[in-house]
Amino acid sequence: MLNDKSIVWLLRIYLLLVFVFIFMPIVTSVVFSFNSDRFPSLPLGHFTWNWYDKVYNDPETWDAIRTSIIVALSASLLATIIGFCTAYTDFRYNFRFKNAYLALALLPPTIPLIILALAMLAWFSKLGISGQIWALIIAHTVLGAPFAMAIIRLRLQQMDKDLESAAWNLGASEWATMRYVIIPFALPSIISALCLTMAVSFDEFAIAWFVSGLNKSIPVVILEILQGNVDPQINAIGSFVFATTMTLVVIAQLFLFTKKPTTIK
Amino acid sequence: MIFSNWIRSLDVYALTWRLPVIIWQVLFFLAPLIFMIAMSFFLVKNYRMVEAFELVNWMKIFSKGYFWNSYGLSLGLAALATFTASCIAFPASYCLAFKLSETARRWAIFFLIIPFFTSYLVRTFSWYVLMAESGVVNNIIGHLGIGPIKMLNTMFATNIGYLTLTLPLVIILQTLSMASIDKNLIEAAHNLGAGRVRAIVSVIIPAARIGLIIGALFCFILSFGDFVSPYYLGGSNPPTLPILIIDTTKSGQQWPRAAVIATVMMVTLMLVALSAIKIAYKKR
Repeated sequence: MLNDKSIVWLLRIYLLLVFVFIFMPIVTSVVFSFNSDRFPSLPLGHFTWNWYDKVYNDPETWDAIRTSIIVALSASLLATIIGFCTAYTDFRYNFRFKNAYLALALLPPTIPLIILALAMLAWFSKLGISGQIWALIIAHTVLGAPFAMAIIRLRLQQMDKDLESAAWNLGASEWATMRYVIIPFALPSIISALCLTMAVSFDEFAIAWFVSGLNKSIPVVILEILQGNVDPQINAIGSFVFATTMTLVVIAQLFLFTKKPTTIK
Repeated sequence: MIFSNWIRSLDVYALTWRLPVIIWQVLFFLAPLIFMIAMSFFLVKNYRMVEAFELVNWMKIFSKGYFWNSYGLSLGLAALATFTASCIAFPASYCLAFKLSETARRWAIFFLIIPFFTSYLVRTFSWYVLMAESGVVNNIIGHLGIGPIKMLNTMFATNIGYLTLTLPLVIILQTLSMASIDKNLIEAAHNLGAGRVRAIVSVIIPAARIGLIIGALFCFILSFGDFVSPYYLGGSNPPTLPILIIDTTKSGQQWPRAAVIATVMMVTLMLVALSAIKIAYKKR
């Protein structure tokens, strides 16, 4: 029989291997984005900025970045507003069909993207907005809203329900209470919801591929390069996207895990 | 007037917060899905869709052998991914839940969230490069005198892709459910003479059942709906259902038939989800 200590160490080594598996493709991508060989393999070639140069000098990349930024900003704003409204409703009210209401709000992540992509392509074509940037913004709002709602709901959970009633007793209207009590309290989670929904939009490719038409976002450009030959440009674009979304995620987590609820002035 | 009374009794404040999600999701989430199901009964004439109510698309799809092959393959691959992901994740989650400090666990979960926000396409491309005939993996094992092994365009490669997509989520869900188990319960099992394995089988797994099953369910949903891994790593031979949807939509202009396939997928996932939830919450 193995004793306790060695089992614990075996488990830790196993855990480490699992993490290596999970992070291998990410690290590989960053390393090969600086590698000179056309087909990435070992031993490594020499260090180069070549792939970044290529991406940088390609006007298509800049169009895609523009599209991605416009879509991510608009969709994250809309998704966070909708998510906040839903989270507050869930926090404050009880009503008939509340379960159905919450199901409607939280369901989108459980439907495979390829199905949503086809459904939205068909629906947006019928509405006449398929291929426009609006189609992409609307779709990413649908995807992001449940995440925004979940994050903001977690934060509201930490709020004392009496705080709201106290404000009313002191003569504040419901609207004023919202403006001066609830929104300030939820602010960290609102910022983190904005960042996370932006990251979701920045990475989504299936729906974007179906509904975006000529307004290609970055992931759609990656998908199209992928359909061609092996091209290390993907690593360069990928590392850039990685850096961007990581920054967003880290900001989001910083705001999410601020230890104590901020005092309300 | 009844109408004006009704207007006056409306709580404008409450509705302001309640309505946005209802309006948005009905217009842009429910409506597209319902429209897609309706579309599966439309006709295509001269490359144009005509609204109708005919069963012809359903009959066409159901009579094709390749559809059933793809269906079987998709189910099989998703089931395989669910099984491997759950098995690989379990020891890792066990270690995270019981053998690490609170701080270490929080960091580990932070690192498990990172992959969600790195492009899945780029990670798949990395695996493509790693597993290629002259790729990094074959290069390394070549030095050990093994290989080269053909990995790309096999089910193995597809499964690696699925794991890339699902493993972090499965570990997170398993860990959270195991970490919330009352430690006294496990202590009690040990005091009653249960060994480590016995404690896992008869205390930890039943207590963490909901998390384990929900993790497996998400793994199934994600793998069943993914087209990237079976296409770029698995070689799409034969195609899975999501690839079939893309081919039918993009090249064939046959949106109604793609809608049939998508509807079948949705119904399948609903059945899987309902049975999984039933098992998870069944009283013992």
